[in-house]
Amino acid sequence: MTEQLTPLHQTHVNLHARMAPFGGWLMPIQYEGILAEHQHTRVNSSIFDISHMGEFELRGPTAGSDLERLLTQRIDTLNIGQCRYGFLLQDDGGVLDDLTCYRLDENRYWLVVNAATCEGDADWIRSRLSPDTTFEDLSPATAKLDVQGPTSRRDMEEALGVSLPDLGYFRSTAIDLLGIPCLLSRTGYTGEWGYELYLPWDEAGRFWDALTAPGRIKPAGLGARDTLRLEVGYPLYGHELSRDRTPVSTSRGMFIDMEKDFIGKAAVERELKEGAGRYVVGLLLDSKRAARADAAVFDGDREIGAVTSGSLGPSLDRAIALALVDDGYTSPGTEVEIDLRGKRLPATVVELPFYREGTARKKPA
Amino acid sequence: METPRDLKFTQTHEWVRLEGDNKITVGITDFAQEQLSDLTYVELPSVGDSFGANEDVAVVESVKAASDIYAPVNGTITEVNSALLDNPEIINGDPYEGGWLFRMEVENPADLEQLLDIDQYEESMPDNE
Repeated sequence: MTEQLTPLHQTHVNLHARMAPFGGWLMPIQYEGILAEHQHTRVNSSIFDISHMGEFELRGPTAGSDLERLLTQRIDTLNIGQCRYGFLLQDDGGVLDDLTCYRLDENRYWLVVNAATCEGDADWIRSRLSPDTTFEDLSPATAKLDVQGPTSRRDMEEALGVSLPDLGYFRSTAIDLLGIPCLLSRTGYTGEWGYELYLPWDEAGRFWDALTAPGRIKPAGLGARDTLRLEVGYPLYGHELSRDRTPVSTSRGMFIDMEKDFIGKAAVERELKEGAGRYVVGLLLDSKRAARADAAVFDGDREIGAVTSGSLGPSLDRAIALALVDDGYTSPGTEVEIDLRGKRLPATVVELPFYREGTARKKPA
Repeated sequence: METPRDLKFTQTHEWVRLEGDNKITVGITDFAQEQLSDLTYVELPSVGDSFGANEDVAVVESVKAASDIYAPVNGTITEVNSALLDNPEIINGDPYEGGWLFRMEVENPADLEQLLDIDQYEESMPDNE
């Protein structure tokens, strides 16, 4: 299989990034090193090429009501510029994707979806729209650069020579940067203050160069993106979320509006009432030795679940994991063991997030 | 980084230094540490443990991956580099000296002849590296 390339592929190669396939794309995993990139994002600011992710635009008088029925998050209370995270479900409640919905205008919305699920999502959504709703897949024309870290506002303003507007968390605005119309969103996947910037595909190189030129914003790859999101307990589709389970296992009731009707609601309602059987929890390991996805979790001889994501948590200096475990093993303080090829690693259930110093919601420095 | 020419190698990217008295020192090559990238954890054997050739002796782990370290030949552990337990990144910076993993007493010195010399090792590397 040939992977797709982002508009910044040559840039990554020139920076000697380590490239690897992810979701059908050849993506930069690391430049300088995951630990250094992770730390730079926690303390300063980093730029991530996230152009593999998909963007759909839905327009028309029925776009909002169509999305209301397709997604678990509430759509009709979104103000213009606001965005909200939630799930796209199958009829049986299985998660097709986790995604963010932006309301850009009265009757104009954007969905930002995962790369590996982009095509399937498009088919699913398109075949369930009212005749008056227009669907457009903007992914091939849209690049996405995430600038994340506590100094990202100041560093972006310096690099672009502009003053950025005050944006609340999960708020976005149309804005001209470097003379190009962009969408600037104060959201992210790192737990730190920062932006997701959507811009035309062909302009990605110019933006990357401008943002990195002063040297404060450094490139970071998907490796650091993964350790950063894991430390704040954010799910990754294909790991904590899948078609095999409703989102209740992962989110409990969060990001799901039970006041409205949506596809998959019956299964979600049943699990909220009767329990989902297994739930995603945070596990703090005793050492720096990491447990990886699919490692079995035990209580004595009893297998009670499996790791869904695991790594060293660089900011915690301990190994951490998300795991799907049986109900009854979800309370903080519960002690379990993770099987690592016959060796048992002790771990304790802890409340999420693992890392609590994140600046995502704070006022910028 | 220059690879010392007097070392022996395995196809699994361990290096072996012949110390005399049937003793060897074992570590991972510069290529191996670079592939793994930032090392975050090292598990070492206990002194006195015996291993057969190609048996896993130690584990080195980076943020993204764990990798087994194999015994190059049959032997018994005589010393381990415990400085790595708190500072596994020593291996990244100094794979051939400070980053050594363990020393072994070799059971049958003739086994050492099966190890690769530097030319054979470099030939066994992937082309694009």
